[in-house]
Amino acid sequence: MNIGIGGAPIREGAAARALTMNLPRRKKSSAIGDIVFFNVSRAFAALVLIMLGGIIVSLLYGAWPSIERFGIAFLFRSEWNPPVERFGALVPIYGTLVTSIIALLIAVPVSFGIALFLTELSPTWLRRPLGIAIELLAGIPSIVYGMWGLLVFAPLVSEYLQPFVTSTLGQVPGVGALFRGPPIGIGLLSAGIILAIMVIPFIASVMRDVFEVTPRMLKESAYGLGATTWEVVRRIVLPYTKVGVIGGIILGLGRALGETMAVTFVIGNNNVLNTISLFAPGNSITSALANEFAEAGQGMYSAALVELGLILFLITFVVLALSKILLMRLGRHEGAQT
Amino acid sequence: MNIRSKRRLVNRFALGLSLAAMSFGLFWLCWILYTVLHLGLSGLSLALFTKMTPAPGSPGGLLNAIVGSSIMVGLATLLGTPVGILAGAYLSEYGQRTLLGFATRFINDILLSAPSIVIGLFIYAAYVAQVGKFSAIAGVFALALIVIPVVVRTTENMLLLIPNSLREAAFALGAPKWIVIMRVTIRSAKAGIVTGVLLAVARISGETAPLLFTALSNQFWSLDLDEPMANLPVTIFKFAMSPFSDWQELAWAGVFLITVGVLALNIAARVFFREQAKS
Repeated sequence: MNIGIGGAPIREGAAARALTMNLPRRKKSSAIGDIVFFNVSRAFAALVLIMLGGIIVSLLYGAWPSIERFGIAFLFRSEWNPPVERFGALVPIYGTLVTSIIALLIAVPVSFGIALFLTELSPTWLRRPLGIAIELLAGIPSIVYGMWGLLVFAPLVSEYLQPFVTSTLGQVPGVGALFRGPPIGIGLLSAGIILAIMVIPFIASVMRDVFEVTPRMLKESAYGLGATTWEVVRRIVLPYTKVGVIGGIILGLGRALGETMAVTFVIGNNNVLNTISLFAPGNSITSALANEFAEAGQGMYSAALVELGLILFLITFVVLALSKILLMRLGRHEGAQT
Repeated sequence: MNIRSKRRLVNRFALGLSLAAMSFGLFWLCWILYTVLHLGLSGLSLALFTKMTPAPGSPGGLLNAIVGSSIMVGLATLLGTPVGILAGAYLSEYGQRTLLGFATRFINDILLSAPSIVIGLFIYAAYVAQVGKFSAIAGVFALALIVIPVVVRTTENMLLLIPNSLREAAFALGAPKWIVIMRVTIRSAKAGIVTGVLLAVARISGETAPLLFTALSNQFWSLDLDEPMANLPVTIFKFAMSPFSDWQELAWAGVFLITVGVLALNIAARVFFREQAKS
């Protein structure tokens, strides 16, 4: 064991050092305790890093047959054919991206509104209960959203929302093609909406926390100059917290990309991509894994699915790292100002 | 229109939209909770807690799933909590400015939001595929890996709230650092650490994705950790996706149990947190 490192914790506590110097008999046992505790806790902290390494290595290992056989073309081919063992990830990647984009298009403005309401608008006595309600919404397991989406929401979508959208947006030349097709209720659009409901609480609570970082002095100066609430938010709060707001949105994106159950229930699990209609059933990376993996056995089929998982992990890792960096930058900014 | 009334109008409009957004968010919360309570309560019966999961068309309950979930969540918490607390203690007490501390904190926050299905894949590749069969213990491993980041994050945050004067007082009495951490720092952050554990339990109680290809599920009663074990989330998934209405009813009852449990845990976590903030 390295004494230099093991001794570090003792060196940190000046009081402890002074005492152990005066008490030579106790020095040894407490020093051993310190060394053991320090190294055990450090090993557990390192375990978090090992977990990350383990995930990447084991996924790479499991996906290797597929990576070797299909190469980079795996990303761009839409064929997903287990019997003849030809696999391409285009359909699930497309499904993951489209549902996440729909989710963010809905969730970002709504979350912004909620955060604005909670920080500037709401009467003080309502702030806490509403904030708690939004946070509780974030705690509900995704399987609840998924099941509700399949059994309650999707039938309503097929009966009301889709015919309505087809008769309005569907008639617009160009984008209309996105909104036409058989109204079966389950598909990319429904999955995107359910995802939006799921990520709203995440984004809203980050945005609220971020808005609260704005120094009171700045806001009150603006109010003192006669600015309206909206002007304060638009000209003071938003510019001040820009980085954090983007960080929150990206965090929501990370959640949406990796969400499994809420999507799997309602996306339709169809591996064919022959229309750009958002009504069409599709597949996401997560839903393909959830539905097919347990039955895939050990061959090329399972390797292709593991490769999907690897792709998902790499994408979410980059997205979440970016969000963390942005939120950390806001934190530093805050430190510099006060 | 003069500029002042235009500004006022814009303000009204924006605030109106904000109010609409808030109502929109609450609308979904109320709707989902209403459905779960309404359909879940009507499915609630004694049989739910005393009978096994049935074949379609015959009566039954969720006993094996409830017991299986409790066992796996319990073991995963027992496994993940000490690791999380000690790693959190390292971050707060030793690793404030070290490279390892920085890297762990960063990666931990990413793992906190990483897709849980990937954790399941990892355990599949690292354990299930090696042993050659699905088993409850694999599910426990997967859930424990989800517990760790949650506990690490809250433990570190809570320990950082403990004033330094407390540590210094203990040092001045001659206590070695590890005793100070165990007996003083961690003990005074107890309520806060419990918050983290409760949040972690709430998080894994509803996790479905990591169990799909680790613990799988089991139609029958089994307490063998080396065999697939029934659990609520996967049973709900299977039953809800099925075309049988009696299975769907059981799924609603199961979702009700999970939702109520998770909300209760979240509220309990808040109570403990407030206790911590008070002290």
